[in-house]
Amino acid sequence: MALPIHATLFERIWHYCFLTICVAIFAFLIFPILIILPLSFNAQPFFSFTSEMLHLQPDAFTTKWYHEFFTSLNWQGAVKNSFIIAFFSTIISTFLGTLAALGLSRPDFPFKTTIMGLLISPMVVPLIISAAGMFFFYSRIGLQGTHIGVILAHAALATPFVVITVTATLTGFDHSLTRAAASLGSSPTNTFFKVTVPLIIPGVISGGLFAFITSFDEVVVVLFVGSYNQRTIPWQMFSGIREQISPTIMAVATILIMISVALLVFLELMRRRTERLRGITPH
Amino acid sequence: MANAEVETEVITTADGVPLKQALKKALWERKKTALLLVAPLFLFVMITFLIPIFDMLIRSVDNSIAGEQFPTVIEELGDWDLNSSEIPGEETFQALVKDFKAGAKAKTISRLGRRLNYEMSGMSGLFRKTARKIKKLEPPENATEAMIAIDKKWGKIETWRVIKRESGRYTSSYYLSSLDAEKKSDGSFGMKSEDRRVYMNLFWRTIRLSFTITFLTILLGYPIAYLLSTVKTKTSNMLIILVLLPFWTSLLVRTSSWIALLQKEGVINDILVGVGLLSDDNRLAMIHNETGTIVAMTHILLPFMVLPLFSVMKTIPPSWVRAARSMGATPFTAFVRVYLPNTVAGIGAGGILVFILAIGYYITPALVGGTTGTLISNFIAYHVSTSLNWGLAAALGTILLLLVLALYILYDKVVGINNMKLG
Amino acid sequence: MNKIFKQTLLAAVASTVVVAAQAETTMIIVSWGGAYTKSQQRAYHQPYMDANPGIIIVNDDSSSEGASKLRAQVEAGNVTWDLLDAEAPNAITLCDEGLVEEINFDEDLAPAPDGTSATEDFGKSLISDCFIPQIAYSTTLGYRSDIYDVAPTKMADVFDLKNFPGKRSLEKRPDPNLEWALIADGVDPKDVYKVLDTPEGVDRAFAKLDTIKDQVVWWTKGSQPMQLLADGEVAFGSAYNGRLFEAIEVNKQPIKMLWDGQALQLDGWVVPKGAPNKAEVMKYLRFATDTQRLADQAKYISYGPLRASSAPMVGKHADLGIDMAPHMPTAPENMAGAIFYDFEWWADNKDDLAERFESWLAKN
Repeated sequence: MALPIHATLFERIWHYCFLTICVAIFAFLIFPILIILPLSFNAQPFFSFTSEMLHLQPDAFTTKWYHEFFTSLNWQGAVKNSFIIAFFSTIISTFLGTLAALGLSRPDFPFKTTIMGLLISPMVVPLIISAAGMFFFYSRIGLQGTHIGVILAHAALATPFVVITVTATLTGFDHSLTRAAASLGSSPTNTFFKVTVPLIIPGVISGGLFAFITSFDEVVVVLFVGSYNQRTIPWQMFSGIREQISPTIMAVATILIMISVALLVFLELMRRRTERLRGITPH
Repeated sequence: MANAEVETEVITTADGVPLKQALKKALWERKKTALLLVAPLFLFVMITFLIPIFDMLIRSVDNSIAGEQFPTVIEELGDWDLNSSEIPGEETFQALVKDFKAGAKAKTISRLGRRLNYEMSGMSGLFRKTARKIKKLEPPENATEAMIAIDKKWGKIETWRVIKRESGRYTSSYYLSSLDAEKKSDGSFGMKSEDRRVYMNLFWRTIRLSFTITFLTILLGYPIAYLLSTVKTKTSNMLIILVLLPFWTSLLVRTSSWIALLQKEGVINDILVGVGLLSDDNRLAMIHNETGTIVAMTHILLPFMVLPLFSVMKTIPPSWVRAARSMGATPFTAFVRVYLPNTVAGIGAGGILVFILAIGYYITPALVGGTTGTLISNFIAYHVSTSLNWGLAAALGTILLLLVLALYILYDKVVGINNMKLG
Repeated sequence: MNKIFKQTLLAAVASTVVVAAQAETTMIIVSWGGAYTKSQQRAYHQPYMDANPGIIIVNDDSSSEGASKLRAQVEAGNVTWDLLDAEAPNAITLCDEGLVEEINFDEDLAPAPDGTSATEDFGKSLISDCFIPQIAYSTTLGYRSDIYDVAPTKMADVFDLKNFPGKRSLEKRPDPNLEWALIADGVDPKDVYKVLDTPEGVDRAFAKLDTIKDQVVWWTKGSQPMQLLADGEVAFGSAYNGRLFEAIEVNKQPIKMLWDGQALQLDGWVVPKGAPNKAEVMKYLRFATDTQRLADQAKYISYGPLRASSAPMVGKHADLGIDMAPHMPTAPENMAGAIFYDFEWWADNKDDLAERFESWLAKN
């Protein structure tokens, strides 16, 4: 956004003011996340900087909160549960969601808007209502407080993301490719696996990642549908924040931020791969 | 000339089947495959999600507990008139003793007491006390006297009016409560007493805060989206990470960082005091109140505003603004009359999305809202897990759901469900 | 791609099988968290686990929502808790509703070393058929010693914003705040529950609380008020006396405590109906509530054991070596101005007043 040569003085001033405002807003976005990293090394069990930390004295910093995280029975259970639940709910939601997206993107799908609306409803309905409803119903059928209950609940919440992502990928899909494969003698199944799948894989993986993150980060439904045995990382964090006991929360938060960064990088690489495959390069 | 009428020839396929029929059949086959592909997910969402929501709707009117706990009493009360000024007769009291003895033995009668307590204070205590004493009661000659001796409230007409009113299979009392209304003892509808009115205020607070948050996200999101859409793609790809990283970071992580920042002894106050803008005993109270909720939620929902705005702004050719300038418009006029109107769709999409998300939020207000920054969802949670007034939780939830559905329909008109993209 | 997928799937299945195959018994014991749970771990859980390898005791610190969570579990048909540490009024209500087991005290609990039956040893603290008494504790007030020039001396000072300004923290429930409000408003402690039993009395209590409402930070878990006092977020506030002891004596925080107006309460165990490991829990209870164990927990936190036979065994703090007797809420020097909690009354009126309290809190 270079300043055009004909910009007046007023425009120049405004331009730099504008940039300053933008910097401030970006800072607002990023600063709260960055601040967690140093806080997780606080030697005192507080949620803020001690004066020793500000003077960069080495004994104000410690890794004991990370140590507590890795050795605590509660947190170990939480990590195990988080991964198990996220894994299985991702499998279910990605599978069902991809199938549905393939069906929905067919040109003559009846009642598309209504059905699409219903399938996306878990994303629209406020989480507290989903959680309350699931709590009431799963209690009736004996699924409350079980791993299966939470997995099913998370899968239901995650499928809209898969459906949307894969549908978006399929809208850009060039159907002449499948027709070309058919004209060369390939059976429909063979075409599907050899032509369609490789091209939609990035969309499916993105959808799967969204699904994984939805389950991994989800806390409201787990609080209601799960019991202590299904405690996940967000559950433990939520309880911990309410008690304000120790900055182990900050240590966990830092680890989670690292995971988010890794995910972002992965997604970016995926996106570049898609663009390469389709012959579009960023200019 | 004979046979002047020429019949239109029916076109057939190679097997002799009429083309129309064959076409219909082929299309139906394709529709069937498409439907079959969607069916598994549809069934899955139906069972794990839609039916639970439906169950919740039912609970908001369900009053079967009365029939379960007080079968004989309700039967006897069938003849009794709500508006009569005399308490029911001896048969009803005999029924009362019978049902209470059964209920006290099964230890289930106190649930009815709790349910009736939502209608009138003191019912819960009355039922508990009666249950404790009924065990020792021999089947009495004069049940009326015996029950009134246990507690005077059994002789009061209001007690019986409440029981009679709430004896049906379904009840509207939960919805009335959510709207801060109640059925008075004479049968008319009225508002609850001042100190019991909570929910209208809460709904209003939720809507008001959500509007504020939406407005703030528009204010903060517009400049960034503009910047991102006008710089080189390479730069925007880098800068967008600053928007995506918060988006991908766990909600709890972001909320806990705001706790650390906004506390009285937190980072922001420390900086302000350190710089000298504030004195040490005048630290700002930015958390455990509305301010905390607004600031934290604006931060969390900002990416949801930036991303749709960005995708809309990217489609506006920069040549339009240049054309306006070339025809003599000042930069301000060009912006307001050419650029801004084209971004309204983006503002609408992002705004409605943020608003829908904001009114349903639970976690952030629970952690940073204190008691004045909590939203309706926090009360729904309170009634599900603490007060166990599931009927009221369901009623509040249904009202919230209807609100969101109305907004969603609006969103569909503005943007279209099929056009939803996720960055 | 297929190979990796298959391997991952196998690994996931294998790990779930491993999880299921662990043959030890895990008991979930629900308590109040913080220093209190720690004292139970050191006095009861750890010795029991040492004597019974193969038993793992897991702590879930949800007792502050214990009654409602247990009700919800029972209504949901899935009870996962084995043992719940509950205060007396909750135990009474849970017992009335048939959600917790009735206990045969002389059969299920150990007699005193000199042969006295459990029933006699626990005496008046057996306020319900389902409640196994453990300790007497009180909710009382603490304050920062470095903020006020003149220190507060009585409970009513927490309502005095003029002489003792600053934020205070109170427990986010009606009790004992309503009692304190009435007494600070001039009601004789002996008449508190009589006044509270009338609608006008309740209104009067809420009106008094209104005078300090916007200066109050509400706490729900026992460790929160200590964190708030330590951080300096509040200057004055209520807390469980044992947590105050921990903060003042063990952590050496600049905090002092008041005994005037302490609300004396009973706390003990209840066994949820349908608990997964009932037989094991009864064995554990026999151990954890015997004379020695109750005296032992007094080595770690300043709560009074409810067995008559344990009282003379209360000695010194395990780590600090100081005498615990003067720090007990029931010590004679601390009892002037104490309020005796009316468990039955609260059991009957808790739900109603809790809802009224929530409504009051939500108003701006």
